[in-house]
Amino acid sequence: MSTQPSLSRRDFIKISSVAGAGLLLSFYLPSKDELALAATGEAFAPNAWLKIDNDGIVTITVARSEMGQGVLTSMPMIVAEELEADWKKVRVEQANAHPTKYGSMSTGGSFSVRGSWQNLRTAGATARELLISAAAQTWGVDRSTCRAENGKVVHSSGKELPYGQLASTAATVHAPTGVRLKDPKDFKILGKRLPKLDTPSKVNGAAKFGMDIRVPGMLFSSIERSPVFGGKVKSFDASKAKATPGVRDVVQVDSGIAVIANSTWAAFQGRKELSVQWDEGQYANQSSEAIWQSLEEMAKSRGSVDDYEGDAESALAGAAKQVEAVYYAPLVAHVTMEPMNCVADVRSDRCEIWVPTQSPQQIQNEAARILGLPVDKVRVNVTLLGGGFGRRLQTDYGSDAVRVSKAIGAPVQVIWTREDDMQHDWYRPCTYNVLKGGLDKDGWPVAWMHRIAGPGSRGLVVAGSTPPYAIPNFRVDSHIKETGVPIGAWRSVGPSQNGFVVESFIDELAHAAKKDPFEFRRHLLSKSPRLRRALEVAAEKAGWGKPLPAGVGRGIAAVESFGSAVAEVVEASVAKDGSVKIHRIVAAVDCGPIVNPDTLEAQVEGGIVYSLSSVLKDEITIAKGRTVQSNFDDYRILTIDEMPKVETHIIPSTESVGGIGEPGLPPVAPALCNAIFAASGIRVRRLPIKPADLKKS
Amino acid sequence: MASITLIVNGKKQTVEVAAETPLLWVLRDTLGLTGTKYGCGAAHCGSCTVHVNGEATRSCVTPIEYCEGKTVTTIEGLSADLSHPLQKAWIQEDVPQCGYCQSGQIMSAAALLIQNPHPTDKIIDDAMRSILCRCGTYPRIRRAIHLAAGQKGGK
Repeated sequence: MSTQPSLSRRDFIKISSVAGAGLLLSFYLPSKDELALAATGEAFAPNAWLKIDNDGIVTITVARSEMGQGVLTSMPMIVAEELEADWKKVRVEQANAHPTKYGSMSTGGSFSVRGSWQNLRTAGATARELLISAAAQTWGVDRSTCRAENGKVVHSSGKELPYGQLASTAATVHAPTGVRLKDPKDFKILGKRLPKLDTPSKVNGAAKFGMDIRVPGMLFSSIERSPVFGGKVKSFDASKAKATPGVRDVVQVDSGIAVIANSTWAAFQGRKELSVQWDEGQYANQSSEAIWQSLEEMAKSRGSVDDYEGDAESALAGAAKQVEAVYYAPLVAHVTMEPMNCVADVRSDRCEIWVPTQSPQQIQNEAARILGLPVDKVRVNVTLLGGGFGRRLQTDYGSDAVRVSKAIGAPVQVIWTREDDMQHDWYRPCTYNVLKGGLDKDGWPVAWMHRIAGPGSRGLVVAGSTPPYAIPNFRVDSHIKETGVPIGAWRSVGPSQNGFVVESFIDELAHAAKKDPFEFRRHLLSKSPRLRRALEVAAEKAGWGKPLPAGVGRGIAAVESFGSAVAEVVEASVAKDGSVKIHRIVAAVDCGPIVNPDTLEAQVEGGIVYSLSSVLKDEITIAKGRTVQSNFDDYRILTIDEMPKVETHIIPSTESVGGIGEPGLPPVAPALCNAIFAASGIRVRRLPIKPADLKKS
Repeated sequence: MASITLIVNGKKQTVEVAAETPLLWVLRDTLGLTGTKYGCGAAHCGSCTVHVNGEATRSCVTPIEYCEGKTVTTIEGLSADLSHPLQKAWIQEDVPQCGYCQSGQIMSAAALLIQNPHPTDKIIDDAMRSILCRCGTYPRIRRAIHLAAGQKGGK
C-alpha cells in the first residue's frame, strides 16, 4: 500500500492504492465531543473508509450502529452523491470496534448524519476529482473537458471510462486541492427516496441480529438476577438446575447465577429450578410511592440552578397573574423488540464478542478490564440491533457474556428473557416538576420557574428544560435523588419528558392569558426563527383555527432538539369512558438538508409511536425494590389498529444539518395533552394518561 | 427426550429434544433457522410467528410435540429468492426499520392473505393487532399488505 503525503495540516483525507486493486480513501468523522477539535483540523486520524475496487464497486465502511434509523444507507448516500457514484454499485460495511481508528463509535444523540455530513461529502468529492484526473491522464486531455457521472468519467467527445477502470490510476494522480462540493440543486441521490440497502435481508430471515449469532461450540446461557436493584447473591442451590436435561453448568457471575445449557430453552428451564437467596440490600423496600414522596419533598427547597435569565422570583411576585402547576413524568422502559443478548468467546489470551450495541468501544473496554487483557486482544463485532433507543448504550449485557464465557471456557450466548429485559432496564427518569408562571397585565409571560426533582444524572433529568420562549425572567433548578433504580438515556432523552412539561405549561399560560396557544407561542418565538417556522408550518398544514367536529380538540407543541426543530399538531377526542382517540397528527420538521425523505418520515413516525406507547399505555412502577411490570401484557405498546394517521411535512431549509432519530418524539406528548384540554377542558399533568381521570361524570 | 418428525420449509426433519420444548427454540437452536425471533416467550408480541399446517402460530408457546407430522413454514421458507408478493411489497414500501419483528409481521400477513386475499384495513387491523413493532412501521405494514393483495386500502 502506498500513501500520498498529507495534503495539508487541515486535511482529513488520506489517499492510498491497495496493491493495484483500486482506490482507498481514509477519512475522519468527528464524534460529538470532537467537533470543536475537528474544526481546528489538528487531530487527523482516519475513521471511515471509502474504497473503489477495479470492478467499480464502491464500499463505504460505517462505524455507527444500525438500529433501524437507516444509518447504513444514509451515510453511503452522502458519499455517493459527491462521488457521482452508480448507487447500484455502492456497498456498505459495518466496522468492528477499535479504540482509536474511528474516533468515537457511539451511536446516539441523533448524531450520525449531522456529525459526518461535511466530511462524508468532502471524501466523496475528493474521490470524484481523483477519478476525473485519472481519466484525463489516461486520455491525455485537459481535465476540464471531463466530468463524472453515474459511476463513470465522461469526456466532452463522448468517450467514457467506468470508475473501476480508473481506480488504480486515481490512487497515483496528484491530489486535488480545494475540492468543490456540489450545489444542493444538482443533487441526484440526496433528497431521494432510496430504499434502505439492508431491507431485502430483513424480509427473508437473512439479517443477523445479535440473537442470531451462532459460533462453533457455542452454548446458551440465562442469568437469574437479583430481583431487587442492587441486591447480591447470599447463597444458592444449583443441584436441581444442574439435573435439568440439557443443562451443562451453573456458575455465579457478578450479575447473578448463570445457567449454561445446550439450548436457550434448556437454560430457561434450568434457571426455573435454581434456588437463590438474595441479600436484597438497601433498596429492598423501595417503591414508586416512596420515590414520588421523596422527590416532592426535595422539590420544596431550591435546587441547584441549571439555567436562568433575569430575576424570576421578583418578576413572579410582581406579575399581574400567577399560574402554578405540578407535572409528573413517569419511569419508562426501552423494551427493544430484541431483548438484550451477547455472544462472547473468551480464550486465555484473547476474546471475541458479537453484540448488538450502540457502544462498541465501551463493550471492548469493559471486556478488556474484566479479563485483564489489552484492548487490542478484544475483538468486538457489531451486529444489527433489534432496536436501540438508548438501551444499547449500556454495557451490562456484554459484560454478562464475557464473564460467563470466561467462567466456563467456551463460547456462549447470554440471552435476557423479556422479563429480564423489562425489569433490569436503565429507565428514563421519573421527574416531579413544579412550574410557576407570571403574566403581565396584557397576558404575556414575565416570569417562568421550573423546579425538577428526579433520579439519575442532571443531564438526563434537566436537558431540554430551558423554555425556548422570549420570557425575560426564568429559572430552572433541579435536585437529583439516588433511588437505586437504574436510569439511562431513552429515545430523545431529557427533551422527552421536559418537552411534555414545558410545552404543556406554556399552553396553560396561553389559556390563562386567554390567547390562542399557537399565536401565543408564535409571538414568544420571535428570537427562535427556526422553531417558529416549524410551528407556523405545522399550524398551517393542520388547518389551525379551522372548525373541527364536535368533541375533537386540537393541540400544538414545538420542541427543538438534537439540531432539528419539530412542531406537531394533534387532533384528539375523549370518549365518555375516558378513552382517548387520536384522529390526526401533523408534524413539521426542519432538520436542515435532507438525506432521505423516506427515512426521515419513518423516523418521525417511529418517534411519535414510541412516545405514544409511553403516554397512552403503561408506566414502569417499583414495589419492594423491584420493577412490577414484566412483559408486554402489563407494559403494553401501541398496536397497528391504534396507530394514528401521521402527516410529516419537511420544511425546505438552509439551516445546518440536524438529527432525525429523536427530534420527532418530544412534541407529541404535549401536543396530545393540549388537544385533550381543548377537547375536554381537562389538563393532563401526569403521564401516562389514565382514562379514569378523563371520564366524564 | 422425544424424537419428533416434522416438515420444515419442505424438508423432513427429525429432532431429539424435550417434548415440551417450544417450536421456536427447535427452529433457532436445533435447526439453525434464526429468522424466527424471540420477543416475549408468552405469545404477546408475535415476533415468533410461523405457519403450522398453513396457520399463523406463535412458535414460542407451541410445544414441539404438537408439531409431530405437521408442516412448518418459517420466513426462510416463504421464498428463497424474495419472490413472495409480501416480500416484494415489503421491499417496495421499505417497511422495516430495525427489522427484528418483521419475520413475524410478514408470516402473519401471509397467513392473512391465504384466508382473505383482499383484506380491508379493519381486517388487517384484526389480524395484525397482536404483532408488535417498537419502531412504528405499522403504516407501511398496512400499505405493503394492500400492495401485495393488489388492491387499494380503505375502511
